Amino acid sequence: MRKNLNVIAAYSIMMGLIILVGIFQSWNIALSIFNLCLISAVMTMGANIQWGYAGLINFGIMGYTALGGLAAVLISVNPVQEAWSAGGLNILFSLFLIIGMVLAVRYVLNKYEKSKTRTYIIASIIILGIIIIRFVSEPGIEAIEEVDPAKTGFLGGFGLPIIFSWIVGALFAGGLAFVIGKVALGLRADYLAIATLLISEIVIAIIKHEDWLTRGVKNVIGLKRPAPYEVNLQQTEWFINLVEKFNSSKLSLISDLTERQATLNQFVIEGSSIFVKLCYSGLFLVVVIILLILTQKALYSPWGRMMRAIRDNEEAANAMGKNVVKQHLLIFVLGSAIVGIAGAMLVTQDGLFTPGSYRPMRYTFLIWVMVIVGGSGNNFGAILGGFVVWFLWIEAAPIGLYLVNLTTAGLDDTHFLKVHLIESVPYFRFLMMGMGLLLIMRYRPRGILPEKIEIK
Amino acid sequence: MDFLNAIILLLNYIFVPALAYGSQLALGAIFVTLIYGILRFANFATGDMMSFGTMFTILFTWYFQSVGIGLGLLPTALLAIPFAIIFMIGYMLLIDKFVFKYYRVNKSPPVQLAMVSIGVMFVTQAVVRIIIGPSDRRFFDGEKFLIKAGEFKDITGLNEGLAIKSTQVITILVTVVLVSTLFWFLNKTKTGKSMRAYSDNEDLALLSGIDPKKIVMITWIIAGILATIGGALYGLDKSFKPFTYFNNMLPIFAAAIVGGIGNPFGAFLGGYVIAFSEILLTYAYKKFFMYVLPESMAPDGLIQLLSTDYKFAVSFSILVIVLLYRPSGIFKGKVL
Repeated sequence: MRKNLNVIAAYSIMMGLIILVGIFQSWNIALSIFNLCLISAVMTMGANIQWGYAGLINFGIMGYTALGGLAAVLISVNPVQEAWSAGGLNILFSLFLIIGMVLAVRYVLNKYEKSKTRTYIIASIIILGIIIIRFVSEPGIEAIEEVDPAKTGFLGGFGLPIIFSWIVGALFAGGLAFVIGKVALGLRADYLAIATLLISEIVIAIIKHEDWLTRGVKNVIGLKRPAPYEVNLQQTEWFINLVEKFNSSKLSLISDLTERQATLNQFVIEGSSIFVKLCYSGLFLVVVIILLILTQKALYSPWGRMMRAIRDNEEAANAMGKNVVKQHLLIFVLGSAIVGIAGAMLVTQDGLFTPGSYRPMRYTFLIWVMVIVGGSGNNFGAILGGFVVWFLWIEAAPIGLYLVNLTTAGLDDTHFLKVHLIESVPYFRFLMMGMGLLLIMRYRPRGILPEKIEIK
Repeated sequence: MDFLNAIILLLNYIFVPALAYGSQLALGAIFVTLIYGILRFANFATGDMMSFGTMFTILFTWYFQSVGIGLGLLPTALLAIPFAIIFMIGYMLLIDKFVFKYYRVNKSPPVQLAMVSIGVMFVTQAVVRIIIGPSDRRFFDGEKFLIKAGEFKDITGLNEGLAIKSTQVITILVTVVLVSTLFWFLNKTKTGKSMRAYSDNEDLALLSGIDPKKIVMITWIIAGILATIGGALYGLDKSFKPFTYFNNMLPIFAAAIVGGIGNPFGAFLGGYVIAFSEILLTYAYKKFFMYVLPESMAPDGLIQLLSTDYKFAVSFSILVIVLLYRPSGIFKGKVL
């Protein structure tokens, strides 16, 4: 117990802060912060597996998040029948062509010795394949995008419950990570960072511009929910009774019957949105706890020991007969898959998929700040980092506004400096994150909750 | 005649823009490669440092415009750049003193320095956005075109016009002057030689009495000059938007790595490699083939190899191909 005192203290302070937001701002805000903290925690766990366990730099977190989001769309949206009949065949045929192309490249790779001729053959297969695929897919894509472009204009998905997408998102992200890992993991730290950053930009570009698959920047809205809808809740008997019971003391103070009914309605509307958020919190908590148990088990298993050995001294681990390349690939795939889950969770919670909103600052570098601030290599630290940094990210604007008002108190309200500063309050969060990262790196380089290795 | 038209078309839409864009990338890439070679870390704040320098150029341009100082046909920004450079160098040295120095003295691993540079990236981005805002800004004034497309058509009697923007010419000229001065400095002067020695082998350089503090300071000063001029030229030619500058970091890094990181000449050429491949692959060749091929064979589609939305894919593919076949870059740089 005593050993874990700092962990418990740190988490209690964090929960206390969120509760304070609930009391002073509103429970709705507090819960939405809490939910996003949980999603961030999942992302940081994925990044922590790669960076903390294995020392791999992955600046492509944004790409995996977006792929997870795409999975949510593809799983939950109902299929658009007309689009399928218009161009589905072409798309399916192109898919087979892509598979054929990959198989052909693999065949050449296995069959022939490494030589210049082999390189040329592979290059020509790829170029020819791309040209053929473009010819096959183009009419299909055009036909699909013409089907009611204002509402659909894409193939749609499978019409399954959205919760499945959390697994599919992991598979998508893991699959992409496998391909990237095969190509790029041989590169050392800095090159890998740039390569993954580029890949994530490419993934976003594809999601933004392949309208037949994702609707692109037209966004997909109104996704299915795993939680009840507020409107339905507000008309359900048991829910109204529940709210009445919770607020009975307040309600009993009001004597007038119509007024009492109006207040109750107010409480029901407020309560319904809190209830929905609580449902999400429950779901997310389950995911976080399962992942935490798994990652904790992995960290203290022989496998975790091996990963740390590889991280701390690659050559020595290699000399001891550990397959460094294979383990790096494995951990790259696992970490990315966890980030994919988080991406699907995020879209599930928002109920909409907006490819335009994926920005590297928010989805890649912020997650890195979380991992480093929280404590890389320590799962509890990484989760705490997710909570702390997300909390600050959201609360930075109010804090910034307060600071601006404080420092410019002597100035007139219409003074250009004050107006300008108040307009730029949203950017104070970047400043805060940057300063936070720099201070932590300088004075507590191993994070708030540093990695500690117990030998059992 | 058609053939001439086709050549003018390619010159107008591919060669001239790529030369200008390549010069802008090259300046950034030399910046990255110098920091990498001498301070030994990948600077992820590159794009934002460039936008910081550009921001000061814009602020000074506005100031000069408001007091009525200008350069006539040339953009006022050229006058503002030297002042911006002074501020930029001040900022760079400040960051180095308060942030990077600690890790350099402690001999931290390069990865840690790269992480620190992300912190600097956040701070710089915040400062730029707080001071000038995130929106798109144009600060070009003076004569816009050196040769207008219409005039060119009138003079030559061709169907295709060749428009050369004055910013493109300025970019190329400034780059040539700046880069040749830099190479002269690195290869001929004593300080430049000691910088190269320091980059090559730190211990040996220290043994021969080279002062590391001086080397680091001069590196930051050169980096400040390159970042400001590179950023300002890009802003003059296109427009200034902090987010675009942040994204420009990717092709810049690709250029530095392709040329062989740590090798300034490689970085210089790498900029053009990336720029030319990006524009060659994303240009729609329909009109070109209409001129070259007989009428019956005129193409239906745009004949675009890759949509412009996927320009990052070009940088990435070049990066991967080069790293797979020549891990140290086209011109031998450091093997990581």
